[in-house]
Amino acid sequence: MTKIDALMSWKEVPVGCHVPEAGSTVHYKTGDWRSQRPILDREKCIYCAMCWIYCPEGCYEDMGPEEKYYKVDLDFCKGCGICAHECPRDAIEMVPEEV
Amino acid sequence: MIEVRIHGRGGQGAVTSAELMAMAAIEGGKFAQAFPSFGPERRGAPVTAFLRVDDRQIRLREKVYKPDIVVVLDPSVMNISRVDEGLKPDGLLVINTGREAADIRKEYAFKQKMALVDASHIAMEELGLPITNTVMLGALVKASGLITPEAIQGPLSRRFGSIAARNQKAFDRAFTEVRMEG
Amino acid sequence: MTGRTGIEVSLALSEAVKMANADVIAAYPITPQTHIVEHLSELVADGELDAEFVPVESEHSAMSACLGSSAAGARTFTATSSQGLALMHEILYIAPAMRLPIVLAVANRALSAPISIWNDHSDIMGERDTGWIQLFAENGQEVFDLTLQAFRIAEDPRVMLPVAVNLDGFTLSHVIEPVIFPEQKLVDQFLPVYRPQIRLDPAKPLSMGMFGIPEIYTETKRASEMALMDSKAVIVKVWDEFEALFGRKYSPIETYKTEDADTILVSMGSVSETAMTAIDEMRADGKKVGLVRIRMWRPFPDEEFKAAVAGARVIGVTDRSITPGSHAGPVFMEIRSLLYALPERPAVFGFSLGLGGRDVTRDNYKYIYDQCQVLEDTGQDRYEMVGVME
Repeated sequence: MTKIDALMSWKEVPVGCHVPEAGSTVHYKTGDWRSQRPILDREKCIYCAMCWIYCPEGCYEDMGPEEKYYKVDLDFCKGCGICAHECPRDAIEMVPEEV
Repeated sequence: MIEVRIHGRGGQGAVTSAELMAMAAIEGGKFAQAFPSFGPERRGAPVTAFLRVDDRQIRLREKVYKPDIVVVLDPSVMNISRVDEGLKPDGLLVINTGREAADIRKEYAFKQKMALVDASHIAMEELGLPITNTVMLGALVKASGLITPEAIQGPLSRRFGSIAARNQKAFDRAFTEVRMEG
Repeated sequence: MTGRTGIEVSLALSEAVKMANADVIAAYPITPQTHIVEHLSELVADGELDAEFVPVESEHSAMSACLGSSAAGARTFTATSSQGLALMHEILYIAPAMRLPIVLAVANRALSAPISIWNDHSDIMGERDTGWIQLFAENGQEVFDLTLQAFRIAEDPRVMLPVAVNLDGFTLSHVIEPVIFPEQKLVDQFLPVYRPQIRLDPAKPLSMGMFGIPEIYTETKRASEMALMDSKAVIVKVWDEFEALFGRKYSPIETYKTEDADTILVSMGSVSETAMTAIDEMRADGKKVGLVRIRMWRPFPDEEFKAAVAGARVIGVTDRSITPGSHAGPVFMEIRSLLYALPERPAVFGFSLGLGGRDVTRDNYKYIYDQCQVLEDTGQDRYEMVGVME
């Protein structure tokens, strides 16, 4: 009997190959791929939102008018460095991940 | 089953005349098919349209090869092709012409019975246009009895709307004026 | 409109779409489908059909728009022919795999090159493997009926597959013939308002158009295949319902004078009517010949076909297209393959004819019958292109 390299029985495949759960990619933590991470110097941050706007993964969270900064979600941050590149105050530094 | 082939030129209403006959026959409870010689046609090019009428369901999708009746809307097409091609020996030709039957028979060597009417003349007088299809329908209906003259009225009036009355008059004139020969 | 009317078959089809109360029509014109979509656009513009008519810029867009429309839960229709169908090709595979009901009318027309506007089946034969349900009509009444049935079948929760209704271009689409129109209330009884099982709905979000890695793709194809095969049983039930309401019977395979037939011819589409008349004439001559007409081309009704030809010594299959390089027509190939496993096989021969609008006549069928009697003995090739000038 040949080993079958499949995820599930054909009877379990969702009808029409649709994924019934919206936004299911949230289960796939792309932060694993990261080889460097952004570190914010809050002294320099002017709460301009450029990091939030430019992040291609939408990993930045607005911490509100009291805290006045944007916080990266390390579950999904892939370490592309675009936020560091775009920050007008060079407040973000890309730092190698510890393995 | 009766098969009819209608010869004309593009724009003269050959296809319309087949359609009107089919609709009239169907409304009368018969079975009928009407279809053109399919393809891109331009105004003035010779066209043929076909009609089948039967009391039973027509199970045939071939072209008409051996018509019982041939209708000629425009006499000039007789110089282009043999309009009597395949016409059954006991068939009928219904021809738009102002000429004498003997002339026509001599020139084209038609063997079958003929019904002649000067449709172009009637069309110009009643419609102001050399479009002879409704006129020739009058001649066809009189000569063949394929449908009753009353049967054409519904389809004709629905098709022609505001100009239906004139077309009906043209039909009626040909119905009266057509001359049988042979 | 109700009752028996003389009407152009294309317009009867449009009226069926109107009676079915389609929600979205996205279409692009191509001869000989044009009258269907032109009439539909008039019906929508005149307010006789409450639908969204989307005049797209190509057939590729038409089918794409239909996919989207069906995904949103709308009753969706389009029509095309020939090159237009070919242009839809990549999207055609997607609709059934995504289980999206769409009704597509194909006014069958030959494919280029050379350019032909005339009737044959090459267009739909190129889409055999798409996963669509594919049905063939033989006359105007069937075109009307199959269109209504197509919506009912496609939208059935046990099916949820798109359906292609095939009608011969020109030789059916442009013919005036009698069609019986039922009352709207009977149509509404047969075809209720569409209740989509799955649709794009902001209140219940889901994702469509997913990526399938090798570890799942095979299973999705098995599921697709089974959906198509299982649809046959539902289609037959729908046809039973249709017969009960409207009095006209439809079957996956229709037979004509096959009971004691020694030779059985096989046809599909409107030429079947000419074939039946030819069978009558040959029977009058004492020939034991019958006809099997394929109404359901996909899914192919194996058991019904085998039952229909049981007892025949020779089968002559007619094709309205060719499959170059295989020395057989597509229907011939499929039937020969189907019958191969029988412990006692009839001889099967294939004949391609009526290509690019060449007329198919009673004489053709008589010739095919005669060929079927001699080909076995002569050891000649089993496949012939009928009527080609050498």
